[in-house]
Amino acid sequence: MAIREGEVQEFTLEQLKHLVSERALRGETILLNMGPQHPSTHGVLRLLVELDGETIVSIVPDIGYLHTGIEKHCESKTYTKIIPLTDRIDYLSPMSNNLAYVMAVEKLMGVEVPLRAQYIRVILTELQRIASHLVWLGTHALDIAAMSVFLYCFREREMILDIFEMVSGQRMMVSYFRVGGLWRDVPEGFEDAVRAFLKLMPSRINEYERLLKRNPLWLRRTKGVGVISPEDAIAWGVTGPSLRGSGVNYDVRKAQPYSSYDHFEFDVPLGENGDVYDRFMVRIEEMRQSLRIIDQALRRLPKGPYITPDRKVTPPPKEELAWSMEALIHHFKFWTEGFSPPPGEVYHAVESPRGEFGVYINSDGSPKPRRVHFRAPSFVNLQALPIMAKGCLVADLVAIIGSIDIVLGEIDR
Amino acid sequence: MSIQEVVEAVRARFGEALQEVIEFRGETTLVVRRESLVELCRFLRDAPACRFNFLSDLCAVDYWPDRPRFAVNYHLYSLPHNLRLRVKVFLEEEDPVVPTVTGIWPTANWHEREVYDLFGIRFEGHPDLRRILLPEDWEGHPLRRDHPLVVEPVQFSFNWREIDSRKPYVKE
Repeated sequence: MAIREGEVQEFTLEQLKHLVSERALRGETILLNMGPQHPSTHGVLRLLVELDGETIVSIVPDIGYLHTGIEKHCESKTYTKIIPLTDRIDYLSPMSNNLAYVMAVEKLMGVEVPLRAQYIRVILTELQRIASHLVWLGTHALDIAAMSVFLYCFREREMILDIFEMVSGQRMMVSYFRVGGLWRDVPEGFEDAVRAFLKLMPSRINEYERLLKRNPLWLRRTKGVGVISPEDAIAWGVTGPSLRGSGVNYDVRKAQPYSSYDHFEFDVPLGENGDVYDRFMVRIEEMRQSLRIIDQALRRLPKGPYITPDRKVTPPPKEELAWSMEALIHHFKFWTEGFSPPPGEVYHAVESPRGEFGVYINSDGSPKPRRVHFRAPSFVNLQALPIMAKGCLVADLVAIIGSIDIVLGEIDR
Repeated sequence: MSIQEVVEAVRARFGEALQEVIEFRGETTLVVRRESLVELCRFLRDAPACRFNFLSDLCAVDYWPDRPRFAVNYHLYSLPHNLRLRVKVFLEEEDPVVPTVTGIWPTANWHEREVYDLFGIRFEGHPDLRRILLPEDWEGHPLRRDHPLVVEPVQFSFNWREIDSRKPYVKE
């Protein structure tokens, strides 16, 4: 079966007979195509929905419309040049992706990161979490017809993007973290900008909560909808707020602290029923906890170097190039050839806004990795969608997709 | 409960089938024979000393041109004991087949489909082994090391005509 450009591949019942119910084969239920071009699938997600009247019997997700071959590209790049690629995996949380990748390389190289760099990384990834949750909240509310929340959320997100622009020169594809530390130290005015945000944000979060939490329309659309039990959530590998909404206490920041997360006090909010409403409440509360972490990190932000002095993974300082021949040679070799980690393999996971974001690197001892694999939380969380949506109405499907907060760039990579 | 106790428990139970235990950068890898993979995974999930109830990730590696060519990695996490473990199975190029673990961790379903799609490793007993990311009629498995990285040549004035003539779209 050849597919021409611009065509959507059609499924035949023969191909899907093990995925749909027998009633579909007899023609008693309807198979409805949803997506890939659909405003509430948050990207190019395609779902084949089997309906009995308005009730969902089964769902067959079809992904891959945004496959860009990032993992294949990584094999032809040096370790430093992969960092910009990681921005593009989950384009709503580039900081978390950068962090997971550089920490995996640091683990592979055995590099220590200065405390100042670790704290700044924490501040920025937590800001990223808030920014990502704001996009989620805005679009999720928009899907269930609460228009105004969207506008408020994007107003506050703009403040975070301004901070990102201040430190990295980029609003979205930041590539700010480097192996061993950061690209540059944070500029003057960074701390004031973050403080201004910290001062404003708590009241704004309360505002979003007030807009939705007791809104009868919102409650009817979210309470008891898209329920997943803790056992199912674990078996299907669900992570992040979607898992914690079901009451399972697993947060990589707490379970296996990285980048000095153990220095900060914060709570892991948990849901009880595992429905859309609980996942909503968990994310709202997570934003407050992120503010708490940022506040502590900013207060205790130590002085010191922003990148490790280990010349194996960092280029020499620019001013040294003017007088040192060795530094010039090293600079040239660093940017052309790259550095060579020892042969071996590592897996490092961080808590991205969507769940456990893991990076697996397999090195053969050369300056380019043999294999880089990204464990994308959205990819795994989407797998649980058919379980959450079974027995719900087709209108609820939109709410459920919004509640698991998927990013298609990450699913297809 | 420490990872050493888990390794000891596995060694006591499986003996020969456990080919190697690798320690690198604080991560433990168990290399096992393909025949005992499913049994080992079930043991790791259910035994009270292990309780690896969460499959974090499943991915394959192509060691081409070395042999054995392929490896499949299972990254396990134990929620009750807060431990991580990697299980590794090596596969020969001529016979890239491995039994599925979807019966133990349902989440392996899509991971295995992805590995099948991009590496051509087949998972025996998988309920729905179709391509997941690439279209059905795609030829080859792009994440294999001998699959070329496709490069599109840059069109300049001197080679415009030549490259344009090879493009598939209909010309005016």
